[in-house]
Amino acid sequence: MSELKSSMTDSVMDALGDVKDPEIASVSILDLGMVHEVDVTDDKVRISVLPTFSGCPALHIIERDIKKAIENVEGITSAEVKFVFTPSWTTDRITAEGRERLKEFGISPPPANHVMGEPWEIDCPYCGSTYVTMENIFGPTACRSILYCKSCKNPFEAMKPVADMG
Amino acid sequence: MTQETLKPLEKKALIELLYQLADDDFLLAFRGSEWLGLAPHIEEDVAFSSISQDMMGHANLYYNLLENLGEGEADRIAHLRSPDQFRNAIILEEVNGPGTYLKEPDYDWAFTVVRNYFYAVHKHIRLDSLRHSSYEPLAEAARKIMTEQYYHLMHWEIWFKQLMTSTDEATLRMTEAIQKVWRDFGGVLTLGPYYEDIVKANFIDDENVMKKRWNNKIEAVLKEVGASYPGEPRMERGNGRNGVHTEDLKQATATLSEVYATNPSTGW
Repeated sequence: MSELKSSMTDSVMDALGDVKDPEIASVSILDLGMVHEVDVTDDKVRISVLPTFSGCPALHIIERDIKKAIENVEGITSAEVKFVFTPSWTTDRITAEGRERLKEFGISPPPANHVMGEPWEIDCPYCGSTYVTMENIFGPTACRSILYCKSCKNPFEAMKPVADMG
Repeated sequence: MTQETLKPLEKKALIELLYQLADDDFLLAFRGSEWLGLAPHIEEDVAFSSISQDMMGHANLYYNLLENLGEGEADRIAHLRSPDQFRNAIILEEVNGPGTYLKEPDYDWAFTVVRNYFYAVHKHIRLDSLRHSSYEPLAEAARKIMTEQYYHLMHWEIWFKQLMTSTDEATLRMTEAIQKVWRDFGGVLTLGPYYEDIVKANFIDDENVMKKRWNNKIEAVLKEVGASYPGEPRMERGNGRNGVHTEDLKQATATLSEVYATNPSTGW
C-alpha cells in the first residue's frame, strides 16, 4: 500500500468513527463492528457494512451518514455503501471500547462469545450487580432487551445477544 | 448458484419461492402490527411490535432479492401488486378478529398465539433448510434471519404452552383456535405449483420432508401440553401459492399501501 493510500484510508476510518448509531448516540458503527471492508481507490471509496437487525429502521440513516461523512474527507469524491450478510454481524463484533460506551448509555453489553440457547449473564451497567431480572427479551429497538437491577433498583437495557447460527 | 449462473427455469422457480417467503412474512407482520396498543399487556405490546418489525425486515430482505432478479423495486413489489399476484398462505392474511384496529377491535389472542406459533415453528424449519440453499444470496439472507427468528420462536412457544396449560377457559379458547388454524395451515406447508423445479434446483428441501418435520414437532408439543394431534393440517380455502386469496388480503394490502399508492414516485 502506498503511503498516500494508507493515509487516505486512515482519514476515511477517522470519518467512520464519527458515524454514530442514531439510536445509541454514544456508539459509532466502528464500535459496533458494523464495518466489514473499506476500499479506497484514488478518490473513490467502497465500503461494505454488516446490518445489525434486518428490520432496523436506523440502517437507512446509517447508510446516508456514512456517505456524507466519507464524502467530506478531503480528496474523496464519491462513496459507495453496500450492506452485506457475509460474515454475519454478531454481538461478538462489538469492540471493548464499544462495550464501555454502551454502558455509559445505560445499555449492558452482550455477553462475549455467546452460544445461542445458553443462558445469558448480564450485569447492571450502573452498579455492576449480577442481581438482575429480565423484564422483556424484546425492547424499544430491535437490538435491545429490558431488564431491572434488584440491587440499585434501576431499570436498564441490554443488547440482545446475536450469535452466528452457522 | 448466483444470479448469473441461474438457468431460465431455475430463475422462474426461485422467484416463485421468494414471493412465498416474502409475502408470508409481510402479511403476518402486518396482522401483527394491527395489534399495536391492543396486546394483552404492555410488555407484550413491546415484544409483539418488535417481532412484527423484525418480520417486516425479513420480508424486505426477500423483496430485495427479487429486485436483484429484475422484479422491480422492492417497495413497488410490496405495495403495487394486485392480490392475485401474492403468494402467501391464506391463513396468514386472515384478520385478527372482528372489528378493525381503529374501530371496535375484538381481536382473538388465542388465534394470534396459535397462528404465530405454528408459523414460527415452520419458519424455523424452512430457514434451517434455506441456510444451505444452492442460491447463495438466499442462503446468506436465511442465516441472518435465523439469528432474529430464534427469539420469535421462543416467544410464541412460551405463550402457546402457558395458555394451553392455564385455566379451563384458556385451554378451550386455544383448542378452538387450533381447530381454526388447522383448517388452512396446509397452505403454509406447501411450495406451490413450481414445487418440483424449486426442489430440483436445491433452493430448499422437499416440502414433504419439511412437512414431516413440522408435524413431528407440533405433535410432540401438543402431547406435552395434553392435547391431541388432529392429523394433517388442511387447505380448505385454497392455495395462496396459486394466487388464490380471500377478501382479507384485499383489506390488508389496501391499508398497507394506502399512503404509498397516493404517490409511488415519491421517496417515502
